[in-house]
Amino acid sequence: MKYIEEFHDPALARKLLDDIRATVTRPWALMEVCGGQTHSIIRHGIDQLLPDGLELIHGPGCPVCVTPLEMIDKALEIASRPGVIFCSFGDMLRVPGTGRDLFRVRGQGGDVRVVYSPLDALDLAHRNPDREVVFFGIGFETTAPANAMAVREARRRGLANFSMLVSHVRVPPAIEAIMESPKCRVQGFLAAGHVCSVMGTGEYPELAARYRVPVVVTGFEPLDILEGVRRAVRQLERGEHQVENAYPRAVRDDGNPAALRVIEEVFEVTDRSWRGIGTIPGSGWRLAPGYRDLDAEHRFAVTGLHTREPARCRSGEVLQGLLKPHECEAFGTDCTPRSPLGATMVSSEGACAAYYLYRRLGGPVRAAREEATRRG
Amino acid sequence: MADTSPAPLPPSAPPSASPPGPGPGAVPRPGLPEAEGWSCPAPLRDHPVVVTGHGGGGALSAELMTHLFAPAYGEALLPGLADSAVLTVPGGPRLAFSTDSYVVRPLFFPGGSIGDLAVNGTVNDLAMSGARPLALSCGFILEEGTALRTVDRVARAVGAAASAAGVTIATGDTKVVEAGHGDGVYLSTAGIGLVPEGVDIRPERAAPGDVVLVSGPVGAHGVAILSVREGLEFGAEVRSDTAPLAGLVRAMLDVTPELHALRDPTRGGLAASLNEIAAASGTGVVLAERAVPVPDAVTAACGFLGLDPLYVANEGRLVAFVPRRHAEAVLAAMRAHPQGAGAAVIGECTEEHPGMVVARTGLGGTRVVDLPIGEQLPRIC
Amino acid sequence: MCLAVPGKVVETVERDGDAPMARVDFGGVVKDVCLAYVPDAVPGDYVIVHVGFAIQQLDQESARASLRLFAELGLLEEEFGDAWERAAAESGEAAVR
Repeated sequence: MKYIEEFHDPALARKLLDDIRATVTRPWALMEVCGGQTHSIIRHGIDQLLPDGLELIHGPGCPVCVTPLEMIDKALEIASRPGVIFCSFGDMLRVPGTGRDLFRVRGQGGDVRVVYSPLDALDLAHRNPDREVVFFGIGFETTAPANAMAVREARRRGLANFSMLVSHVRVPPAIEAIMESPKCRVQGFLAAGHVCSVMGTGEYPELAARYRVPVVVTGFEPLDILEGVRRAVRQLERGEHQVENAYPRAVRDDGNPAALRVIEEVFEVTDRSWRGIGTIPGSGWRLAPGYRDLDAEHRFAVTGLHTREPARCRSGEVLQGLLKPHECEAFGTDCTPRSPLGATMVSSEGACAAYYLYRRLGGPVRAAREEATRRG
Repeated sequence: MADTSPAPLPPSAPPSASPPGPGPGAVPRPGLPEAEGWSCPAPLRDHPVVVTGHGGGGALSAELMTHLFAPAYGEALLPGLADSAVLTVPGGPRLAFSTDSYVVRPLFFPGGSIGDLAVNGTVNDLAMSGARPLALSCGFILEEGTALRTVDRVARAVGAAASAAGVTIATGDTKVVEAGHGDGVYLSTAGIGLVPEGVDIRPERAAPGDVVLVSGPVGAHGVAILSVREGLEFGAEVRSDTAPLAGLVRAMLDVTPELHALRDPTRGGLAASLNEIAAASGTGVVLAERAVPVPDAVTAACGFLGLDPLYVANEGRLVAFVPRRHAEAVLAAMRAHPQGAGAAVIGECTEEHPGMVVARTGLGGTRVVDLPIGEQLPRIC
Repeated sequence: MCLAVPGKVVETVERDGDAPMARVDFGGVVKDVCLAYVPDAVPGDYVIVHVGFAIQQLDQESARASLRLFAELGLLEEEFGDAWERAAAESGEAAVR
């Protein structure tokens, strides 16, 4: 496999780690924005290899975690209807709505299908003309080109039985919201590489300047993440706050113009509620007026929802880096990966699920860390 | 399980906490239907109905076993209910006894079919207690309207696999369900085998100092099934690894009867098997992630579907926990056998973190390899 | 939201009116991918694929440059780093070499 394994090389990782250790003179807190990066950090044990005091705060970049409860309840309601084929990325099936999840809807007879691509949902609509096919269009900017194309294709192919439940979110307004919080601890950002593959880097210089934080566009393989960390701490130690691209093989400054044109055509910016955080102005996309007839929210009048978030879930504070997962009272007792109160305990890259595993380990992790430090 | 923790949806939620009227979509009100008969006040609280994860071989399957079947069977249950049991006939031999059901879709996939899986799966369950398989039963549950040619193809696969594994089909049964109530063909099997003198292979026997061996590259079966479901093509073809393992186990026992634990990592993959053994024996398992053999195409398929090869199903592999002094000889014997040509040492048992599996990552970090919760799903983030 | 992986374009498929597609090889696994957003990609190019869509062409020269940069890290410090960095690097060198 090319351009993956080369970026897992342990010898090069050691060089990057050495450089980071040599650079850091005091504690720093960086936020990796994207859930994919959190996943990679946990999967490869990268956080344990960083010098003490250099902290990675897991950001709100897991679309599964931030999809608002109300939207999930709408999805559950639509998926329960007879005659509907409800299609979703696999990540969403275990996310708790008010009292149930898509898995349970399927167990109760709903036709819920996991698809790899929104194009698969289009094919299902084509093959099942007598059924309503609804696709749960969630995601960040990375996924927007795919979902926008699916909507456009549905129109072009005249698939009247296809619609999309859209809950798209945008990263820069979320960064802004985090930095505006008076309790914010984040001193630098590892921006989500694949978001920037689509959007480019143009949205970040203004944020970096306004909040005086380095923003390093970062990839997802272990060496990419170490390089992102290395560049961010180098800037911090020098008192700089620039936008840097540490993922140039996949990110151009102007992003993907062809994708941006289709996003512009199909979506429009809207306020969006983030689960656990609240409404962030201008932080979402919904279907543009010209495509409203393909919007599942309009096609299926969903009323009478009684959205109820478990009162004790504090995932919002966790997502903003204000609370460590284990500081939450429900953590590990009423809230575990098997029985989650909030979405951050669900997905493998959710901050709470990640902490749950490592808390259980305790001693050995510390020992491994000390050993790695000694060896390094 | 703690009996004091309030559930997010208490079985007896006060009326004021419930939404007025029937729930949306006229779905039954969430919450446990009746607490009576449940051994634990908060079991399976997220799932008052059966979900696919209950059959996934992970944490939900284990919960079903612990909180529903075990208390329901009561005194009738043989302690330590597992994939395969060893029964002692008074004054006679020790018999291994196992049962399994097969609901795989598609029925035919690269490298095998539901028929191969049924025979090899049952033979392998017996072999994991060290037994020499003797005879199987095979029940067919057929969906009305299924082509007899399809049934014939499955039956021939059963016959061929049984011959290859050296077992007889001793008894069988056929039932038909109405159209729409099955996926064409389901199989249900049972098997018995003879446990040789001096052999005592159980998950509980794994101990600190044991070396962990795997018999070959992992993940091929699960990815072969996915390839059909997800429309993937393999340039370098990935085929199911389905195979009988009794011969390999016999070759290992020829080195020493002192094998501690064996498991065939089917549903839930290597991660589930290692966790089961760690939990049953109370030892910690340390896995060297880079030492686990994974075919390139499996790594690639897992890469873009967002799956972890440690959790992907196998049907012709085993993991063995072997005392360190025998490890080298057992490994050599495995590699000399056709079913173990790709065998490798992948880890060891430790007194640290009892009951848990911890992987050393390629970069020198560690991560916990937990029991999978339910089925693995393709992810996008 | 970012599970996207690089793959090599094997062949492109143009159908009248439909979005351009390609067969993309991910280290031995081949899958059909929509090329609408990377229309200039030709067989032999690498593209980054997310949920069935190529979202960007992979710049192979940049990838090589990044790896070269990582490999040269310790060396650069010796030449250009300040005294503190040098001392720290020396203490770490033994493990690397």
